[in-house]
Amino acid sequence: MDDLYRDNILDHFTNPRNRGLLENPDIEFADDNPLCGDHLHFTMKVDENDRVVEVGWEGQGCAISQASASMMSEHIIGKTLDEIRGMTKRDVLDLLGIELGAVRIKCALLSLKVIKAGAYGLDGLPGDEEI
Amino acid sequence: MCSSEIQSPLDAEAIRADFPVLGREARPGVPLVYLDNAATSQKPRPVIEAIEHFYSHYNANVHRGIHALSEEATIAYEGARDKIAAFINASSRKEVIFTRGTTEGINLVASTWGRANIGPGDVILTTQMEHHSNLVPWQLLAQEKGAELRFIPATQEGELDLSGLDDLLDGPVKIVAVMHVSNVLGTINPIKQIIDKAHQAGAVVLIDGAQSVPHMPIDVQELGMDFLAFSGHKMLGPTGIGVLYGRRELLEEMPPYMGGGDMIRRVELSHSEWNELPWKFEAGTPNIAGGIGLGVAVEYLSRIGMEKILAHEQELTAYALERLSEVPGLKVYGPPAEKKCGVASFCIEGLHPHDMAQLLDAEGVAVRAGHHCAQPLHMVLGAPATTRASFYLYNLPGEVDALIEAIYKAKARFSL
Ligand SMILES: Cc1ncc(COP(=O)(O)O)c(C=O)c1O
Repeated sequence: MDDLYRDNILDHFTNPRNRGLLENPDIEFADDNPLCGDHLHFTMKVDENDRVVEVGWEGQGCAISQASASMMSEHIIGKTLDEIRGMTKRDVLDLLGIELGAVRIKCALLSLKVIKAGAYGLDGLPGDEEI
Repeated sequence: MCSSEIQSPLDAEAIRADFPVLGREARPGVPLVYLDNAATSQKPRPVIEAIEHFYSHYNANVHRGIHALSEEATIAYEGARDKIAAFINASSRKEVIFTRGTTEGINLVASTWGRANIGPGDVILTTQMEHHSNLVPWQLLAQEKGAELRFIPATQEGELDLSGLDDLLDGPVKIVAVMHVSNVLGTINPIKQIIDKAHQAGAVVLIDGAQSVPHMPIDVQELGMDFLAFSGHKMLGPTGIGVLYGRRELLEEMPPYMGGGDMIRRVELSHSEWNELPWKFEAGTPNIAGGIGLGVAVEYLSRIGMEKILAHEQELTAYALERLSEVPGLKVYGPPAEKKCGVASFCIEGLHPHDMAQLLDAEGVAVRAGHHCAQPLHMVLGAPATTRASFYLYNLPGEVDALIEAIYKAKARFSL
């Protein structure tokens, strides 16, 4: 259980990458995890080919949610919005390098939810896609 | 103080032997330290056996079958009602309505008494401290009726600020809905004072007893209660069963909650007549095994004695608060031990409560982290979430030590 808090996760939690919201972003989305009060707000800029060139985010919450946001913010730079729309739960867990139980997985997946919702440009995800 | 100096009026070690779950390990090699009692309590063997005995010996529907099993089931189920009526000193068994739990009890009052008695411009007074289950039903009712919601403020110390109570009660205040004990902080609210003031102002009072009935002696008549809602699962009983106590005159006047079998006296195609109390509010086949189990739970609690249970928990809480206050960087929420029962909530800067709970779990210590269904209170406290350790009659001072040790380990993991 202790290995949830592997060094890479604690590193991203303590030194989050790409923190700080962008001015005039092309894409912006925020959401909460009502269960624990984790909050994430993502802003992104994309080029003419819909490729992410810059990411900035803010948030509060547990180490898992914040580390996942930090890792995702690095991971999506250079990806197209289409590629982001195709990302899954597996991608997040692979980034984190851990497996999570039914409760904590919501903390990890908040970043994916926010980024995908931003990529779709909607108030949420199409259908009741399970992430 | 150290744990061996704690003087408890209970033999918690002996009590533990009655609780099968407490004998298990959290995971192989890691003993279980169960400190999540405010969420739900563990169940003693007599309760588990009563439920098994019902299903294996006299399972039948109640109130209808003219056969031996149904007769036995009805006697046991209605006998449980009598035990619960005595436990809270209700003046009649008719005042004890079985529900699914506290949430259903409060919703029942909001939907029946509330719909019949609250109109546009009327006031519903509650507090900033409530569990969502004693807030959201009133929000729904206020929206439906165009009524006004008012709130008794909570202080940062986690107590109710009653200095403005007279003003809050001024005007068409119809109902005051207040929790007896805070599930987040353990604060024991001065409900007698609130009930008396509310009655002087002509309002009816609903008490959320989810965290008080399991932990202290409650006498609904002495306190002058109109409504009291509580849950079986937090007081050694099964899930899916709870009680709404209501003063008889109020219950008699109220329209029914759900329509269906059991709650009627006579049904014609266009209308029906309601059954007498308490069945008027118990439509459909009830949770028979749950009711019987809860009856056994209150017998178990009474045999030990609610005064002693309260004293034991307050000893443990005082000890826990003292030990927690020694942890550098740790902030404890809520009032001092003597104003509390059974709960210690805390935060450490830089260590989110969810991470804390996860790391405590790695040491076998079960606590709860989050907003504990009381987001407005957390706004007042200025913390989006807290970690909560909550005690019951079977907890030991040594378990407080285990909690503290696990907290130090968690801090070390986060280099704090
Ligand atoms: C103070 C308080 N009120 C209401 C409830 C709701 O109880 P239940 O979920 O059993 O309906 C709880 C349980 O968490 C509680 O602690």
